[in-house]
Amino acid sequence: MPLIHYVEANGAEYEAEVPVGQSVMQGAVDNMIDGILGECGGVCSCATCHCYVDEDWFDKVGPPEGSEQLMLEMVPAPEPTSRLSCQIKVTAELDGLVVRLPVSQY
Amino acid sequence: MQRRVVIVGTGHAAAQLASSLRQQDWQGEILLVGEEPHAPYQRPPLSKSYLAGERKADSILIRPAAAYASHGVDLLTGRRVVSIDRVAKVVALNDGQQLSYDKLALCTGARARHASIPGVESPGVFYLRTLADVDGIRVNISPGKSAVIIGGGYIGLEAAAVLRGLGMAVTLLELEARVLSRVCASEVSAFYAGVHREEGVDIHTGVEVLSIENGDGIRVVVCADGSRFPADLIIIGVGVIPNVELAEACGLATDNGILVDEFARTSDPDIVAAGDCTNHPNELLGRRVRLESVPNAVEQAKTAAGTLCDRPVPYQSYPWFWSDQYDLKLQIAGLSEGYDQVVLRGGKDRQRGFVAWYLRGGRLLAADCINRPKEFMVARQLLARGLAVDPVALADETIDPKNWLS
Repeated sequence: MPLIHYVEANGAEYEAEVPVGQSVMQGAVDNMIDGILGECGGVCSCATCHCYVDEDWFDKVGPPEGSEQLMLEMVPAPEPTSRLSCQIKVTAELDGLVVRLPVSQY
Repeated sequence: MQRRVVIVGTGHAAAQLASSLRQQDWQGEILLVGEEPHAPYQRPPLSKSYLAGERKADSILIRPAAAYASHGVDLLTGRRVVSIDRVAKVVALNDGQQLSYDKLALCTGARARHASIPGVESPGVFYLRTLADVDGIRVNISPGKSAVIIGGGYIGLEAAAVLRGLGMAVTLLELEARVLSRVCASEVSAFYAGVHREEGVDIHTGVEVLSIENGDGIRVVVCADGSRFPADLIIIGVGVIPNVELAEACGLATDNGILVDEFARTSDPDIVAAGDCTNHPNELLGRRVRLESVPNAVEQAKTAAGTLCDRPVPYQSYPWFWSDQYDLKLQIAGLSEGYDQVVLRGGKDRQRGFVAWYLRGGRLLAADCINRPKEFMVARQLLARGLAVDPVALADETIDPKNWLS
């Protein structure tokens, strides 16, 4: 199972095995990693699962599209590698992915 | 010494509270006790994708049941807390078990408001609040058969959209003069009523339901004006009421919800409360509110966890909500109550979407954003930061809303 690394804003690091096909957001919620909230449950309505994809991984993850992109422009503290983690589906290729989490999701 | 938190409830607030307590290094036991047989699940899909049959029960769990055990959280489902002894610090369950606690969290949520009309107990009549409710509704969904929905709020309208999608003949009855009257401006109500009519929903407003007749397998909804609507399936969506009885019975202060402060503390220093069941102060709004929403449950639960772990962070955030109907994604920032001006951005166009901005004395209170995710995010920031925007600019589609934040 792919291993995803979550790095909280305070430096705390967590790793979680997340099944292929599940979202990076759900991986955090399942593992009680609190820096991701996912209030809307993964339907791209809330932007409370914002993360910064590690630069080395951004090409593999890819850029946001559509309403995700529009919402990301307006999250607190956006960066060039910002994504909404509910929209990142875990694949075998993403084994080892590193995402950093913002100070706050709201 | 091992300390124990007992969390009453298994909704969104309870699930978040357990997670946040673990994350904040609560050293001790965490017990979740809930009446429903399921692990905590997401409630919003109940009137959307779960009702539509697009998602199964397992896929709407907030996290798999096993995730609680693996994080040292005991999940006691199918059991109800019947009383709280605040002196002995013990809760009693309906199966006779007694659980002592060091800290108690009330995440009791809200329940569907029942309609007091004759015939409401007939088979084929449902509320829409729990997974079990929707499982009951789903058995009665059949293309070509007729459904009557009583109540034109978000739940009723979302259910109407799903049932039309599944090929049922849908009639929606609303007591007030327009749908969404409690939460939206008349322009937004008219837009949604128009969309539902386009989709084939038969909407009647200003009608009072008197009774439900039940005979020979077909129900008939009877209205005060004499109109009668036969139905194979009836769904009642007329709001919710907070579950405050446990709190009241043990002498905690309540007033349209369990009274808490900005740290989610009740009138008992060992008891916190979070979610739909609380009446809490909101400094941004300048008043106390009781909110029915997932964001409120999640964010207030985080605050409650901080309070229990001696890391108090006040809960201060602007409310927001969402509703999905057909191809329309409505995102609502703020509370529009008390508005004296509505400014529209966009032409109430279903494809392109539009925004209704609500103001009072020129100050932004809220925004209904229909297929406008960017404006929604901007509205949240405008509200959180208390920024003013000229109402004329709010309507001007040539201005990038991003500019209002700089």
